[in-house]
Amino acid sequence: MNRRYINRIKDKAFGFVGLIATLFGLLILTFLIGQVFYEGFHRIDLDFLKSLPSRKPEKAGIYTALAGTVWILFLTTIFSLPLGISTGIYLEEYTKKNRLTDLLEINVSNLAGVPSIIYGLLGLEVFGRMLNLGNSLLAGALTLSLLVLPIIIVTTREAIRAVPNSLRMASYGLGASKWQTIWEQILPASMGGILTGVILAISRAVGETAPLLVVGALAYVPFAPSSPLDEFTVLPIQIFNWISRPQHGFSVNAAAAILLLLTITFIMNGVAVYLRNRWQKKHNW
Amino acid sequence: MLKFSGAITVLTTFGIIWVLFSESFSFFKEVSIVEFLTDNQWTPLFANKRFGIMPLISGTLLTTAIALSVALPLGLSIAIYLSEYAPKRLRLIVKPLLEMLASIPTVVYGFFALMIVTPFLKTILPNISGFNALSAGIVMGIMIIPFISSMSEDALRSVPKSIREASYGIGATRLQTAFRVMVPAASSGIIVSVILAFSRAIGETMIVAIAAGQQPRLTLNPLVPIETITAYIVQVSLGDVPHGSLEYKTIFAAGMTLFVFTFILNNIAFWVRKKFREEYE
Repeated sequence: MNRRYINRIKDKAFGFVGLIATLFGLLILTFLIGQVFYEGFHRIDLDFLKSLPSRKPEKAGIYTALAGTVWILFLTTIFSLPLGISTGIYLEEYTKKNRLTDLLEINVSNLAGVPSIIYGLLGLEVFGRMLNLGNSLLAGALTLSLLVLPIIIVTTREAIRAVPNSLRMASYGLGASKWQTIWEQILPASMGGILTGVILAISRAVGETAPLLVVGALAYVPFAPSSPLDEFTVLPIQIFNWISRPQHGFSVNAAAAILLLLTITFIMNGVAVYLRNRWQKKHNW
Repeated sequence: MLKFSGAITVLTTFGIIWVLFSESFSFFKEVSIVEFLTDNQWTPLFANKRFGIMPLISGTLLTTAIALSVALPLGLSIAIYLSEYAPKRLRLIVKPLLEMLASIPTVVYGFFALMIVTPFLKTILPNISGFNALSAGIVMGIMIIPFISSMSEDALRSVPKSIREASYGIGATRLQTAFRVMVPAASSGIIVSVILAFSRAIGETMIVAIAAGQQPRLTLNPLVPIETITAYIVQVSLGDVPHGSLEYKTIFAAGMTLFVFTFILNNIAFWVRKKFREEYE
């Protein structure tokens, strides 16, 4: 009797601990974002968005960083999207299960675990020096593309795997070729999942700082880049630069820029989650 | 075209290994590998150059240990709570919110550590330095909570329902079921989540570059500035180091060390997952 009572109390107690732990995580999230909001929100206005960097915190803006981020977003998508999706299709539809595909699989999962700064070293040496791209947008975007490729590949494969085999068989039964089946049946059916992965990957690229620092993105770029071969800066690097300066005015700027960066990443993640849910509802195989 | 894109991933791996090896190789032509592994000072940017990687490794492991001691208890409690206790509606709301923690760019966490957590710690520990391992480690721990909670929860939920219900059936409470039945049954998945979080913490860059300082030292004291492998690479990248110089090569030797650590951890995780998968088919 007594022991059962104690066990029940322990049970309740852990439920309480778990709830606290869960709320703790969420509370910290709210608190931190609240702090940044409090510190930086009043700094965001049209001038802040349109001004070039400056040595005076109240005059400095994020125009060049924002332009760089848009460029990086655009270029990284162009490079990584077709490559990632076609690798996913290849691994899922064209290869038989053997040692080679096992190795490819280990390889992709290993790449996903390589720290982002190592990709920076790769980009610095291969794109920056060997291909002579220096610290250009192109070098940065290529580096980030390699970084997010594993994410796109893994989600593409999962989305394709979720398409039931009956669909494939029906398509073959009607006389469609392998490519027609992939292009007209499997890809449309798995598009929701694939897009979710692509958006998550790109949002990861937008928030990355370390690999771009290593490739040589500059903190101070006086003009917005006008071609992929120009030097550049991006929002996270601008934030890093402002954080490392002692004057208070710059940390206010950093908070304001963080609000913008968080808005971008949260919107992208929100869209991804929305797409995933809608897609799951629509295709309940 | 499809074959080519499959080859890209292999090329990337070879590229990484080749770049790290070739630059490290020419580094080790000038610095003996014994000095690299055993010297207790790392001062390649000073006049009196010493090349002992130990202080950078100790800094990396120190921040990682702090991060894990924050993230392990919290992450696992959350995972067990969400899978064994929480009503389904709550779980569906909370899980994506927690995953938001993982989607926040790391430079933002660096800001949190330096501007919010360190000043707060100063009110409790007045002699803490402006840059320290403790604040960076704590914030890194918060960042990796969702890695552990999300993946462990998935592991717990993939244990067949019948096992949980059998445990209830013989009169066990939810707590007993969780710790004596579910956690052991899902242990491989939970271990994988912890190893991957460990590997993630070792390779984390911006938080430590911003908040932990740039002073490589061999210490376990979390209150003084230290430097991690990743922070050192950032420090050199920010400066104007000419290509081909010994300083330039140090970042590849440091990167190689980091890569070896994470490579081993990731492969252990992969092996555990492969070996213990499909236990309950």
